[in-house]
Amino acid sequence: MPTVTIDGRSIEVEKGTTILEAAKQIGIDIPHYCYHPGLRIAGSCRMCLVEIEGVPKLQIACYTPVTDGMVVHTQSEKVKEARRAVLEFLLVDHPLDCPVCDQAGECYLQIYYMQHGLHPSRVREDKLKRAKMKVLSEHIILDQERCILCSRCVRFTEEVTKSYELGIFHRGDRSVVDLYPGIQLHNRYQGNLADICPVGALTDRQFRFRTRVWYLEHAKSVCPGCSRGCNVFVDYNVRRGYKAGGRRIVRLRPRPNPWVNKYWMCDDGRYGFTWIEALDRILAPRRAEGGQLREISWSEAIRHAAQWITEAAREKRLAVLLSPKMTNEELYTADRLFRSLGARMIGYWAEPSSPGYEDEILIRGDKNPNTAGAHWIVGRASGIPQEDHLARLAEAMEAGQVDTAVIFLHDVEGAKAGERVLRALQRVERLIYLGTNWNRTATLSKLVFPATAFVEQDGTFTNFEGRVQRFWRAVEPLGQARPILSILRELAVACSVEPLPEDPEEVFALLALEHPFFSGMDYDRLGERGMRGQLEAPVEVRVK
Amino acid sequence: MRIPQSERELTFWERIYLPEVIRGLAITGRHFFVNMARHLAHLLGFRNVPKGAVTYQYPEERRPISPRLRTLHRLARRADGSPRCVACMMCETVCPANCIYIVAAEHPDPNIEKYPLRFDIDLGKCVFCGFCVEACPEDAIRMDTGIYDFAAYTREGMILTIEQLLSFEPAPYVQVPPQDRAADPGPIDARQRFGVSG
Repeated sequence: MPTVTIDGRSIEVEKGTTILEAAKQIGIDIPHYCYHPGLRIAGSCRMCLVEIEGVPKLQIACYTPVTDGMVVHTQSEKVKEARRAVLEFLLVDHPLDCPVCDQAGECYLQIYYMQHGLHPSRVREDKLKRAKMKVLSEHIILDQERCILCSRCVRFTEEVTKSYELGIFHRGDRSVVDLYPGIQLHNRYQGNLADICPVGALTDRQFRFRTRVWYLEHAKSVCPGCSRGCNVFVDYNVRRGYKAGGRRIVRLRPRPNPWVNKYWMCDDGRYGFTWIEALDRILAPRRAEGGQLREISWSEAIRHAAQWITEAAREKRLAVLLSPKMTNEELYTADRLFRSLGARMIGYWAEPSSPGYEDEILIRGDKNPNTAGAHWIVGRASGIPQEDHLARLAEAMEAGQVDTAVIFLHDVEGAKAGERVLRALQRVERLIYLGTNWNRTATLSKLVFPATAFVEQDGTFTNFEGRVQRFWRAVEPLGQARPILSILRELAVACSVEPLPEDPEEVFALLALEHPFFSGMDYDRLGERGMRGQLEAPVEVRVK
Repeated sequence: MRIPQSERELTFWERIYLPEVIRGLAITGRHFFVNMARHLAHLLGFRNVPKGAVTYQYPEERRPISPRLRTLHRLARRADGSPRCVACMMCETVCPANCIYIVAAEHPDPNIEKYPLRFDIDLGKCVFCGFCVEACPEDAIRMDTGIYDFAAYTREGMILTIEQLLSFEPAPYVQVPPQDRAADPGPIDARQRFGVSG
C-alpha cells in the first residue's frame, strides 16, 4: 500500500486512492467543486490543484492517484496562487446576486472566496447574460448565470438516476447546463440536484425563498417514508418559526450513510414531511360525546382508556393494532403492556390496497419505516401471518368477540379490505386511536390521543435490511401531543401494570436484553449510522 | 457593589422637611419669573436684557434635527414605485432586537427575482441601532424620515407594515449653517418642517 506525505503528514492508503481522498482521511480539506464522492470524477473545475514534488506542473488532487513516496503540498504559494486564479475565472460571469440567492450561506463560491480568494475584481467587461429562473420541473429551478459548469448535476442524472435529462450545451464561455430539448426532469431523485450543486444554480422550489439557511438548525433523523430508512437531516427554524404560521420544519436533506442511502434520498421522502405541521394534526385528546369528539384533559383521557382496556382485557375482548410506523421502543413497550393485560390479539400490519412504487435505487415498496422491527418484536411471537392481521381483526369484530380496540397510527381506509374493517370498527363501542393526523379511522374512534411525529421524539427504526438506526428529536411536540412511550407509561400506571420507562434509551436497553435480534445493541453503539441486527438475515417483507 | 452614599448627616433644619420644600419651590419660581421677565422685556424691545431660557413649544415647534439622526424607518422605492428591497433578510438577520419580519415571494421579473411580500417592523421592540440600514445591500431600508414621535394604543399598533414603510418620504435635508450651529438656531414650526398636521 502506498504511503503519501501531504503537508508533512504521512498516511498509508489503499492503492488507487486519489490525493483528495487521502487528504480527507487525515483531515486536510482540499477545495473542490466538481468532485463528489458519489459520482464519477470529472476533473473539470481545476479548484483542487496541488503541488507534487518532482512534477513540474500542478495536478488535480481529485483524479491523481497516490504513489508510494509521493510528497504533496496543498498550501504552498504556487497552489494558493492557482486557487485564486481559478476562483477569479469562475467568478468572471457570476452575477453575484447573493442577496436573492437561496444558496447563500452554504455556497462554495462564497466559502472558498473567503478562504482562498479575497481578490478584487479585475474584470471590466460586461458579464454574460444567461437564463435565470428557468423551471426544470416542479421541484427544481435553474439559474444558468450562477452555474460554474462543474457537471455534478449532469453526472448525477447519468449515473445515479440514469434518466439523462441534463447536459452541457454550447462551447467556451457560452457553455450552459440545460435540459435536453422537449423534456423536463422526470426522475424521482431531483431534490438531490439542489443538494449537490455547489453554487446556487440549481435550487429547490419547495425550499426557495422560505428562509435563509443560517436560520436553520439541524437534527439527525431517519426518513420514515419507506422501509429503506434513508438517513436525513431535519432542517428546522425555531428562531423565527413562530411567525411563519407555526411551520418549523423547512426541509429534509440526505445525511450520508454508505450502508443505506449513500448520499441521496428520494423526492417522496424529501417533500413528504408536510403532514407534520398540517392543519389536520391531532392536537389534543378527544372523546366522543353526543356524536362529536369533544376535547378532554389528558388525565381524563388516560382514565377512560385505562378503564376500557382493563375491563375488556379481563374478558378477553381487547384487540390491539400496532403499526410498523412505530419505533422499536414503542412496539416493545406496547407489546409488553397489552400482552401482560391479556389482549385477545395484537397485530400491526395493514396490507395496503395497492403495492407501493419501488425502484432499484432507494425507494422501497413497503412504505413503513419499521416493518422489520415490528416483525422481530411483535410478529414472530404472535404467530399470525402478517397479511392476516387486519382480516383477523375484522373477523373478531364482526363475530362480536371484540368490543374494545386500540389502533396505533394506522389509517385503515387505505388498506386492503379497508372498507370492511371500517364497517366493523363502527360497531366497536370502545375504539381508542393514537395517532398524529386525522383520518377516517380516527374520526370513527371514541377516544383519540395525539401522538408525536418522528421529528418530535427520539427512537429507532429497523430498515428492511435489518439495520437498526437511531433518530433524534428536532422540535417540540405540536399542541398537546405526547410520545407514544409516555402515553403507554401512563396507561400502564392507570391499569396497575408495572410501567416501562419513558426514555427510549432505557426501553431500548431492555429490548436488547429480551430480543436476540437486538442483542448487543445500545444507543451508543448504534451511533449515527446504525447497526445490522443479529441472527439470520431478517425476512424481507414484500407487498403482494 | 457598594452604593455611594452621602456621608453628610442631614441637619435638623433639613430633616423637618417643609422648609426645604419651600426653598425648592422658591428656586423653581425664581427661574420662572426671571425667564418670564426676560422674554417679556425682549418682546417689548429691550434688546440689551439677557435672553431668556429657550423653550420649544413641542409639538407645535420642533428642534431642527441632524440629518444623521436615526429616525423612523422607511423602505425606498424603485422608479415604478415597487419596493427596492429584495427580501435578502440581511436586516432581519442582523437585527439585535429581532423586530423585523420578512416574507419573501417570487418576482416575475428574473432580474429582480425576489421581493418582500411582508416586511414588518415591530417598533415596540426596535432599538433604533441602525444595523438594518448598515446591513442592507440594496440601500432599501433607511432611517431618514425625520419622524421620531410615534405611539399606538395597542402592541399591534406599533407594528409597521410594508405599505406604511413604503409610504414614508425622506425628511428634507436642512443644512444648518456653521455660524448657527454654535448659537441655537431657535425653534422651527413643525408643520412647516415636516408637513405634519397638528
